Amino acid sequence: MSQGTLSAPTAPAAVSPHSTLRRLARRNSTTAFLLTLPLILLVLGLVVYPFLYALYLATLNKRMTKFIGIDNFTFLFSRQTFWDVVLQSVLFAVTAVVVKALIGFILAHVLHALPAKGQRKWRGMLLVPWVIPPAISTLAWWWLFDPSYSAFNWALAGIGVDPVPWLGQAGWARFSVILVNVWYGSPFFMIMYLAALKSVPDQLYEAAAIDGATGWQKLRFVTFPMMRNIISITVLFSLIVTFANFDIVRILTNGGPLDKTHVFATYAFQVGIQSGDIPLGATVSLFMFPLLAIFAIFILRGVNRRTKEMA
Amino acid sequence: MEGNGFSRRTVLRAGALGAVASALPLVNVHGQNAGGRLALGLWDHWVPTGNDAMRKIVMDWGEKNKVQIELDFITSVGNKNLLTIAAESQAKQGHDVLAFPTWEVHAKSDLLEPMDDVMGRLQQKYGDLNPITEYLAKVQGKWRAVPAISGSQNKPALARFDLLKQHAGLDVREMYPAANKAGPGADNWTWDAFLKAAQACHKAGVPFGLPVGQFTDATDWIGSLFHSFGATLVNEKGDITAKSDNVRQVLDYAKRLCSVLPGDVFSWDDASNNRALISGKSALIFNPPSAWAVAKRDAPDVAKECWSFPPPKGVNGRFTPYLPYFWGLWSFSKNKSAGKALIEHLSQREQAQQMVAASNGYDIPPFGSMTDFDTWETEGPPKGVVYNYPVRPQHNSKQFIACNPAPPEIAVQMYNQAIQAKMIARVSQNGESVDSAIAWAQNELEGFQRG
Repeated sequence: MSQGTLSAPTAPAAVSPHSTLRRLARRNSTTAFLLTLPLILLVLGLVVYPFLYALYLATLNKRMTKFIGIDNFTFLFSRQTFWDVVLQSVLFAVTAVVVKALIGFILAHVLHALPAKGQRKWRGMLLVPWVIPPAISTLAWWWLFDPSYSAFNWALAGIGVDPVPWLGQAGWARFSVILVNVWYGSPFFMIMYLAALKSVPDQLYEAAAIDGATGWQKLRFVTFPMMRNIISITVLFSLIVTFANFDIVRILTNGGPLDKTHVFATYAFQVGIQSGDIPLGATVSLFMFPLLAIFAIFILRGVNRRTKEMA
Repeated sequence: MEGNGFSRRTVLRAGALGAVASALPLVNVHGQNAGGRLALGLWDHWVPTGNDAMRKIVMDWGEKNKVQIELDFITSVGNKNLLTIAAESQAKQGHDVLAFPTWEVHAKSDLLEPMDDVMGRLQQKYGDLNPITEYLAKVQGKWRAVPAISGSQNKPALARFDLLKQHAGLDVREMYPAANKAGPGADNWTWDAFLKAAQACHKAGVPFGLPVGQFTDATDWIGSLFHSFGATLVNEKGDITAKSDNVRQVLDYAKRLCSVLPGDVFSWDDASNNRALISGKSALIFNPPSAWAVAKRDAPDVAKECWSFPPPKGVNGRFTPYLPYFWGLWSFSKNKSAGKALIEHLSQREQAQQMVAASNGYDIPPFGSMTDFDTWETEGPPKGVVYNYPVRPQHNSKQFIACNPAPPEIAVQMYNQAIQAKMIARVSQNGESVDSAIAWAQNELEGFQRG
């Protein structure tokens, strides 16, 4: 029986304010609320308020002097550049997340198969890209891709291959920004999948082995089903972060060439801060919300369904 | 009290003296800051000694005028200064005086204190300003900021005179000597002559280093190229005028020019052209003398072969790319009188001379009467390398900001979204037709017209 039930009020009229407060403080729900209050305040201050403020800004004109309703949204719908940004953002995020998930999955299995003694060393080394601040590591990548002095091109020239316009042509530039994002984000998938792998009971593999399952069948019918929820949650989390990515594109290409690598965040910055149209910049950034909501609904629905099945 | 040796009168006198003495520091402290407090956010200079010189000028003024100074140098790297301006304009608090980059005065004009009184006195004393400062800082007939000395820059040609002479037969030191006269050949310094020189240098393996990406160095020289051809995308009334023969001609010219530039110029940033010159791989760039200053430190053999001179001219004239900064005072400042007084002080000839000297000639004062400082004559090697960095009468050139004469609220979008550079890239890199590039630009420009 909960504390709340034990201390349920019996005669409110006879209760003094002091005892009401004391009883309130004794309730589990009150304690829980107080404990989560700092987080609630953080979410309100750093998520809800900025979101509502962005919504408010998106309804103003360029000089922020007049309410214009949904004009900023309809204006964006009429711009080809904006639709290019939508396409590129989806392409960037989805491709990067899929590749990261794949690499993370493979790395996690390789690490899991390593003897326990050397595993920690490899785990630490593979996490390095994830712990370096992305702005710094992206600068290092920029030097590797540098249009005139690319280290990659120098190495390619050594084997007689023509220089590659890493950042100068739309296709290569998109490849480059995705590559850097994959390099940076794969360790996150690896560590999450490794944790999931370690939680799969050995008995399941033993039972599968008795049934004569091959390595692929164990992966397909044991490992994968046991990891599906963690894969889904990790993909969702990474999608959100990758969609909102700013620094990699900003440093490597500044959205170029010909706006072919702009994503929501860099385009919003260019329109809002650099071109002095903060309401339009806010409107661009708000488009991330419905897209991510669609992804989140599909992924979380799957997670819920599987959780219910397991229960 | 008996026998303690102090009379009542002595005690009272000592008490009074003590009270006066203890009150003195208070009076003193008050006197030190009688002019109040002033918070400044000035541009973090590329040239490290530029900040030291500015700090000394500001602190000396603060001490003399009993104003407590809080001075921050805000970098433009990563657009930190733009973010600061955006945040302070939203919060309506922060610094009193800020350094505003090129387009920000118009964008924030509602929140800036009119500076007509300061500008009136400065113009009376130092004469005319270049019209670009008026275009950028005068809003509805009122000066909303004062053109700054620190950070304002020209981007003329900065070239290897040895390579130009050897491969293109151009003696730029003779054309534009470090003296108040133009030499032989200056009149023939046209975009056609420029293209021939570019072709010759490309053939010799030292192509011109002209960026065609989405950074300001690209936008600035391309803006001047367009204007030299009379190719205006949006006129002063805000009408789109992109579909014109002049625009077609400049795009056709740019396509021919791009064919003799390094293949990767479409992804160059503001440092790529500097590196091309400093490494000895390029014969010419458009840049302030910062590239030469770095070469002086890192590649002295290259630096001593460098020379600054005006850009070529076209049918519409010669236009030197110009990127000014402004000092503005927020209307929510609590110490407007001190802010105005300091800005006026910083704009005086003596301070301008100090800043130009400290920045090795990088800073360009807005007044034509301030282009005679000896720093530009004496800097070297080679001596006189930056003599032609400020625009001088014999250049027959005008300072110019890309996208002018479009109304600033449209021009800022054209500028930051590098419309002209993208048009060139479409024609040169993507192989689109000139008409297709113009149609694309028209569509983009229509979007910029919204209020």
